[in-house]
Amino acid sequence: MRFDRAFLRFTAGSAKLVARGSSYYYGWIGLLAIFIVLGAVAYARQVDEGLIVTALRDPVSWGFYIGNFTFLVGVAAAAVVLVIPAYIYHWKPIKELVILGELLAVAVLAMCMLFVLVDVGRPDRLTHILPLLGSLNVPSSLLAWDVLVLNIYFLLNLGVVTYLLVSLFRGRSPNPYIFMPLVMFSIPMAVTIHSVTAFVYNGLPGRPFWNASLLAPKFLASAFCSGPAIMLILLQILRKTANLDIKMEAIWKIAELMAYAMFLNLFFLVAEVFKEVYSDTHHLQHMRYLFFGLEGKTALVGWAWTSVAASVAAFFLFLIPATRKNLVTLNVGCVLIFIGVYIEKSIGLVVPGFTPSVLGEIYEYDPTMNEFLVGLGIFGVGALLFTLMSRVAINVANGTFRLTQEAPRADVDVPA
Amino acid sequence: MSDFTPLPRSPSPDRRGFLKKVVASAAIATSAGCRQALEEFMKKSLREMSRAEVKDVLQKHEAEYKAKFGREVEVFATPAREGVLFGYGLDLSRCNGNRKCVTACVKENNQSRGSDDAPHNNPIQWIRVLEMEKDKGISFEHANPYYNPKEVPEEGKFYLPVQCQQCENPPCVKVCPVGATWAERDGIVVIDYDWCIGCRCCMSACPYGARSFNWAEPNLPSDQVNPNTHVLGNRPRPRGVVEKCTFCIQRTRAGRYPACLEACPTGARKFGNLLDPNSEIRRLLEEKRVFVLKEELNTRPKFFYFYG
Ligand code: SF4
Repeated sequence: MRFDRAFLRFTAGSAKLVARGSSYYYGWIGLLAIFIVLGAVAYARQVDEGLIVTALRDPVSWGFYIGNFTFLVGVAAAAVVLVIPAYIYHWKPIKELVILGELLAVAVLAMCMLFVLVDVGRPDRLTHILPLLGSLNVPSSLLAWDVLVLNIYFLLNLGVVTYLLVSLFRGRSPNPYIFMPLVMFSIPMAVTIHSVTAFVYNGLPGRPFWNASLLAPKFLASAFCSGPAIMLILLQILRKTANLDIKMEAIWKIAELMAYAMFLNLFFLVAEVFKEVYSDTHHLQHMRYLFFGLEGKTALVGWAWTSVAASVAAFFLFLIPATRKNLVTLNVGCVLIFIGVYIEKSIGLVVPGFTPSVLGEIYEYDPTMNEFLVGLGIFGVGALLFTLMSRVAINVANGTFRLTQEAPRADVDVPA
Repeated sequence: MSDFTPLPRSPSPDRRGFLKKVVASAAIATSAGCRQALEEFMKKSLREMSRAEVKDVLQKHEAEYKAKFGREVEVFATPAREGVLFGYGLDLSRCNGNRKCVTACVKENNQSRGSDDAPHNNPIQWIRVLEMEKDKGISFEHANPYYNPKEVPEEGKFYLPVQCQQCENPPCVKVCPVGATWAERDGIVVIDYDWCIGCRCCMSACPYGARSFNWAEPNLPSDQVNPNTHVLGNRPRPRGVVEKCTFCIQRTRAGRYPACLEACPTGARKFGNLLDPNSEIRRLLEEKRVFVLKEELNTRPKFFYFYG
């Protein structure tokens, strides 16, 4: 059968596959559906009244949405980079690792795009920013470049993973000459998307908190903590529920690599703190606001210290072999890393850059319920996408979903 | 520097143009109902339009405002004049912080008056006057934009008005992902309110806090509309786009002074053509020692401060 026809059968079969499942599966999908509906209602309100329903104002003009976007770009980048150690150390389920990493990247990138969509004041004009259709202001605008590389990265991952899955679905082994170069290309692209996202902030000399050359390296270091943290948890879930043959050694190795990335991240933080504190110029204000508050405005202080504490604790948990190899402490470490990096890269990055404002104003940004709900909806969409895609992928990978079968077996017990 | 008005259209249809045509014909075939969506989709930024197309846009806006405000509002697209580069001077020793410039600017430029029933919907002001402490000098860290004493000037304070500095090297223009903001030949940095997507990159980039965003539907009562408008300046703005001072483009391109200058009772404000050796602003640059804000950022403002 030709590729295109097989693809149609694949799509139809996938649709059937994701429609059936255990009650846990339905429960999970139902929960995500509730999140999505809540988000959609909140977004409808925002479209109706304008961005005034957020806590954003002129002094702090980006916040929760763009912070989430920034964090998630890192996750999308790091998910794919795990392919490198998989190759170096000859981990067994490399195919699965590539597929899962790319699926995660696709789902997370969809969330990134949604976060940009909800942040702009004129979503009706979004065609203006699309490559070819709009008037993308390259080479001068970094955001334009970001849109470009994110789109390429999205299509690349979507293409590779579709090719891999459809090939396996047809019962053929994917041609490594086709997908390996693409996978290899997606690695520098992963670094690129996150660096360019860093440059969007980095290239603003009027905002000293971001205008530090360490920003892009720090972005990458923290992404190589948070992306694998999510992958580690996913791998363990799949190992249990989908009988995916993932060696514990691989999981420990990833945790060890994360410890090094976290060390770099913390080291960069120390370097930045030293430079600002010792120089003691007015640039220090932003860091002071983040960690101690200014003029009695302390909205970020609790978050900032939580982030540092979580990151340091996770670093030690992953550095010490005994805690790294213990499943409980390993997972605690993953959660801590997620919390630490999430705060650092979203609210902890965006808001202090604006506070105090360029004219010295201290506006305390505190996201509204509406913003949270919109964000919740987007996370719901991402989780739903990943659930549905990985359900198909796992059935393809373990051979239960094949072209020869008329329909996927209904009794396959796949995880939610 | 590019200008929107006299710009010749590129003769060969580019790829984007082609793509749009393809999609357009497909869409026309489907239904007439998507006319509006299609129009939005086919739109170009003002900068890319021919004169005739610009004229259409002006008429469309005039009709739109007539329907909205129930009165005639004229929208001009007066181009930059040859040999003109605008510059502004501000005498800090004269400014006493009375903020008449702010009020005049709001009226002249149709800024949103904010909303009484929604106090969080702040009014938009293109000029911010900062109160500073004399013994600390110019320090934004110690600035207060919300000063409210019975009488100005207050003991020990001085005042520093900040508005768009019309930089020669504008960081806001560089970052715009869709090219919706640019510097015209006469040095005025403008925004195409029909092209801006409201991403607010330019607000992050501006070191002077000169740009405001329409977080809500602008509140502009009909009886307060200034009906003499420029398409890139003070015409009523839609929600969700960015705006800022344009040196009163609707006035200055017609040979008048900016509204803030005329309203200033202390004579602290000076304005003129930097390319004309006999202009007031040139004389000022000659005779006074001037400085610009945040000079270390190399934005090269055309807004000069001095002590008279
Ligand atoms: S807010 Fe408008 S003018 Fe500013 S960068 Fe975004 S699109 Fe350009």
